[in-house]
Amino acid sequence: MKTEAYNETAASEIIARFDARPELLLQVLRAFIERFGWISEDAIRFLSARLNLSRAEVHGVVSYYHDFRTTPPGRHIVKICQAESCQAMGSRELSAHAVKTLGVEMHSGNRDVTLEPVYCLGNCACSPAVMVDDKTYGRVSTAQFDAIVAAFEGSR
Amino acid sequence: MARTKIYVPRETAAVSVGADDVAIAIARKAKESGENIELIRNGSWGATWLEPLVEVLVDDKRIAYGNVEPADVPGMFDAGLLDGGDHSRRLGPILEVPYLINQDRWTFWRCGLIDPLSMDDFRVHQGFKAFEKAVEMGADAVIETVKTSGLRGRGGAGFPAGIKWQTVADAEGAQKYVALNADEGDSGTFSDRILMEGDPLGLIEGMMLAGYAVGANRGYIYLRSEYPLARSILTRAIELARDNDWLGNDIQGSGFDFDIELHIGAGSYVCGEETAMLESLEGRPGIVRYKPPLPAIKGLFGKPTVVNNVVTIASVANIINLGGEKYASFGVGRSKGTLAFQLAGNIKRGGLVEKAFGITVRELIDDWGGGTASGRPVKAVQVGGPLGAYLSANQLDTPLDYEAFTEIGAMIGHGGIVVFDDTANMAHQARFAMEFCAIESCGKCTPCRIGSTRGVEVIDRMIAGLERDKNYELLIELCDTMEDASLCAMGGMTPYPVRSILKYFAEDFVSARSGP
Repeated sequence: MKTEAYNETAASEIIARFDARPELLLQVLRAFIERFGWISEDAIRFLSARLNLSRAEVHGVVSYYHDFRTTPPGRHIVKICQAESCQAMGSRELSAHAVKTLGVEMHSGNRDVTLEPVYCLGNCACSPAVMVDDKTYGRVSTAQFDAIVAAFEGSR
Repeated sequence: MARTKIYVPRETAAVSVGADDVAIAIARKAKESGENIELIRNGSWGATWLEPLVEVLVDDKRIAYGNVEPADVPGMFDAGLLDGGDHSRRLGPILEVPYLINQDRWTFWRCGLIDPLSMDDFRVHQGFKAFEKAVEMGADAVIETVKTSGLRGRGGAGFPAGIKWQTVADAEGAQKYVALNADEGDSGTFSDRILMEGDPLGLIEGMMLAGYAVGANRGYIYLRSEYPLARSILTRAIELARDNDWLGNDIQGSGFDFDIELHIGAGSYVCGEETAMLESLEGRPGIVRYKPPLPAIKGLFGKPTVVNNVVTIASVANIINLGGEKYASFGVGRSKGTLAFQLAGNIKRGGLVEKAFGITVRELIDDWGGGTASGRPVKAVQVGGPLGAYLSANQLDTPLDYEAFTEIGAMIGHGGIVVFDDTANMAHQARFAMEFCAIESCGKCTPCRIGSTRGVEVIDRMIAGLERDKNYELLIELCDTMEDASLCAMGGMTPYPVRSILKYFAEDFVSARSGP
């Protein structure tokens, strides 16, 4: 995913887009994630000042939601569904395969890739399902997983 | 010469198995062969196992081709695709595909049929007719009609929609809201998504009806972040409705003002619980609220709020069009109307089947689903998402009816049906139920926050063979505590799957030790 380094010009732009409405904090954070990839301490400080919220309030929201990561992700984010429908179709084995192939543990990553669990992509008639960045894949065998990974490795 | 219409779904499941690539291949091949085609990106009919599904309009019939791969496309053109020519992928007219006949398509009838982002197509297919009729009937009559229909909340709780609407309509206050729950987090469910991607304008009409009935001028959609395609389709549909005077002030000169704001969640399962969702919509952590006060009295920003699931809201337009009695004529007992059942997990023909209540689990799995994908025997079926009980193979003749499910300690929930074959180890599934609760608990109440973690530990000891009988008793006691004392369904219903496994699959705790 293409992201840029956190900067206050872009942050201000985003906040202005949401009229600095404090109740839109989640939506602002989402826009931050889409633009910068993660939420830094600087971002939290800036947001709390601009939205007139305490840092604790912003931190509370950031730390509550799975999507708001506070460390920079790899260039690609691979999410493997771990919920029941995918379990019934071998997601545990697929996850073990992914850990081995990508060389990273669940919930961790390197510069190229971050591997995360996800609990349902709503693609349960095509289990097991995987999401790479914003694209969902269905009926993912281990061979197909390798092909998906090879495709994004090739695009580097 | 008129352009031949070709339909390729732009819907998450179809795209996840290559529909975009198929669409590109068709466009390229048509260009090369100098054929004049119009490529329409429709929603999904719900026969997900046939995706990518391609249809060609020949005379008045849409001829379907299933499981199309990009490599099939040149051959299909050679075989006369544009005239519905014969090919190994050809299924025949879409409305004669067995999976799609014998359904009761009340809510999903436009899904697959129309171009979801064409106002003209929507209008030709009854679009906004219910709203126009509602304005003639008046708000009270709309609520009465919904009451007559017996429609209950399709998000899982099954609360009568008409009574909820009446409560909001009667509540004091000038400002009221409609909050649409599109945080479809249950594994095995995707009906909200299919509707949002296949008939987004129909959903908007449903929200307008709710707003009109209760006197709300503002609607919010809370959509989960795992649905990026639904987000983009809904965003466009809202713009389209605004541009055509179907959202905004004085809609079509009716004097009714209504607009919709789309909010995206952030990966929290418990935000599908209505009060957690309201907290999240207000920009806070999704921590559940005490009830009462009910959201209908004191909901979003403290104002009276209708909180409804996507399928509930989308069912109302046809209830207005065809009458509450007509809807109530479907179903059994107090489970009136239809539900979009979703066949998932280890199933040969997964997808969405909208049927009247009363059909059995076995009929859905065998007649529509064709048994397991692996071809092995069905061992267990989880109905109603991660908080739903696992049914054993002996319980599959239970009719899908809210009350019948309550009787066997199970629930229909949002209609997800997840099939497991005989290779599944159910002790691992019991552990997962507790683990999932520990991961997703909002943390407000102790039974859920602590109980789920203790539950994982106790199950681990049972699997390891440590004092299995003593730990069995302990686990039952823990389930009692969670069920009786949790604040919401997250902690309160996590025991459902666990108990069902203890009851029907206890032997798996012994075999789990050597399992994966």
